Amino acid sequence: MSGGFISRGFKGRRQQADVAGRLPPGQHLESGFPVLSAGPTPNTPLDQWDFVVTGSVKAPKRWNWNELLALPHETPTVDVHCVTKWSKLDTHWEGVSVDLLLREVEYDSTSVRYATAFSEGDYTTNLPLADLLGGKAWVVFGYDGQPLDPVHGGPARLLVPHLYFWKSAKWVRGLRLTEQDQPGFWESLGYHNYGDPWKEQRYSGD
Amino acid sequence: MEGTAVLGRLNWQLGEVVATRPETPRTKSITLDVPGWTGHRPGQHVDLRLTSEDGYHAERSYSIASPPEDRSRVTLTVERIDTGEVSPYLTDELHEGDQLELRGPIGGYFVWEASMGGPLFLVAGGSGIVPLMAMIRHRAAAGPSVATRLLYSSRSLGEIIYRDELDRLTQSSPGLEVAHTLTRETPPGWAGYRRRVDADMLRDVAWPPDQNPLTYICGPTPFVEGAATILAGLGYGPQRIKTERFGPTG
Ligand SMILES: Cc1cc2nc3c(=O)[nH]c(=O)nc-3n(C[C@H](O)[C@H](O)[C@H](O)COP(=O)(O)OP(=O)(O)OC[C@H]3O[C@@H](n4cnc5c(N)ncnc54)[C@H](O)[C@@H]3O)c2cc1C
Repeated sequence: MSGGFISRGFKGRRQQADVAGRLPPGQHLESGFPVLSAGPTPNTPLDQWDFVVTGSVKAPKRWNWNELLALPHETPTVDVHCVTKWSKLDTHWEGVSVDLLLREVEYDSTSVRYATAFSEGDYTTNLPLADLLGGKAWVVFGYDGQPLDPVHGGPARLLVPHLYFWKSAKWVRGLRLTEQDQPGFWESLGYHNYGDPWKEQRYSGD
Repeated sequence: MEGTAVLGRLNWQLGEVVATRPETPRTKSITLDVPGWTGHRPGQHVDLRLTSEDGYHAERSYSIASPPEDRSRVTLTVERIDTGEVSPYLTDELHEGDQLELRGPIGGYFVWEASMGGPLFLVAGGSGIVPLMAMIRHRAAAGPSVATRLLYSSRSLGEIIYRDELDRLTQSSPGLEVAHTLTRETPPGWAGYRRRVDADMLRDVAWPPDQNPLTYICGPTPFVEGAATILAGLGYGPQRIKTERFGPTG
């Protein structure tokens, strides 16, 4: 629609040119770190925490907290884009690449093409497996040189920065690999199934 | 997970401002007439898109304050963030007769309808009252038998949004109880709470855990975090506590 509609008297605050190219449509820059989630912040003691890869796999694989931390770390610096319109540039994370985790699991990569990330509580989010592989996704436990704060998803969250930030499941506890795509929590509530910020895929049908 | 809303494509549409009303010195309600509005559920929001003459866009989300019973009249209540890009335009510049581009309704999780029952416990911080007001107004129209308590934290008496209407509704709508707390300034003779929401206050005001209330908390992030964490600690099931956070913080 937008067919030439102008908001009378609206000037707007332009982004600096160097930042403009890094902001997807409809997003604006945020310097703080907003928090969004659907319920209370969960709290699992680290000695009871684990991360599992399960579903259509030959044998499920489980890491406890110390085992996860013992894997080689990466420190991605990425831009993140939240569907509620804020973006944050050059965020610094520390974690383990999902490539590395999935390398330790056997599955049929011709038929198993999707994953559901699941978290404490009932939160789930679905992604094509290809979006978790190839250096595009991490399980992170550090932010800005500190342990990841529980309000931001600590002890560990998924980080998939090329999709809207709800795909980066907070308080993540594992991945379920599947042959069929299964809409997750927000994806069943009218949000877009894939969520590419550069195509502004906020809501189903976008 | 309940309330699975499968939306079709959400198109941008134009609404016309048919009324504005200052609620407090920093907040204003804006009522839009949106032809063809398909209705909404209390708690949902819309996205607004402002466009400047040279085609620059800014988008933000605003909760719907009006109940579905208002049909194609959709009311938003906007708090002016002085350094903000969009909210000062909405509170200062926009007036009756202007048009506004929006799409919605959005969100199928932070919603309450009379059919979901109760008892209902609503906790609001500042402008976080907005989506809860849609629930309270809907309750008055469609579900007055659902026992409902609101705990509402504001900085001062003058900053309580919808104060008169809440007073009126507690008189006219049995089963609605409202408790206010003021965190910065209290007038002489103030009978409500005068501190930030804490465990004692929540224990006082909330329905007891064994009544398994349905709880909705909305406001700035630290406020929501605080209240939700306390309630979970007091033994309320996390599955029955729904939260919505508005304002970016650090
Ligand atoms: C689901 C949802 C529902 C919302 N409903 C409402 C509503 O009903 N009423 C309403 O007034 N707002 C609501 N908001 C917030 C709204 O979308 C905007 O974020 C807000 O109006 C600020 O936009 P702005 O362009 O004026 O400020 P911006 O230009 O985005 O921000 C300017 C500066 O102010 C800070 N800031 C932004 N928001 C706040 C805040 N709330 N408190 C303190 N500092 C802030 C930012 O961090 C930034 O530094 C809602 C947000 C969401 C995600």
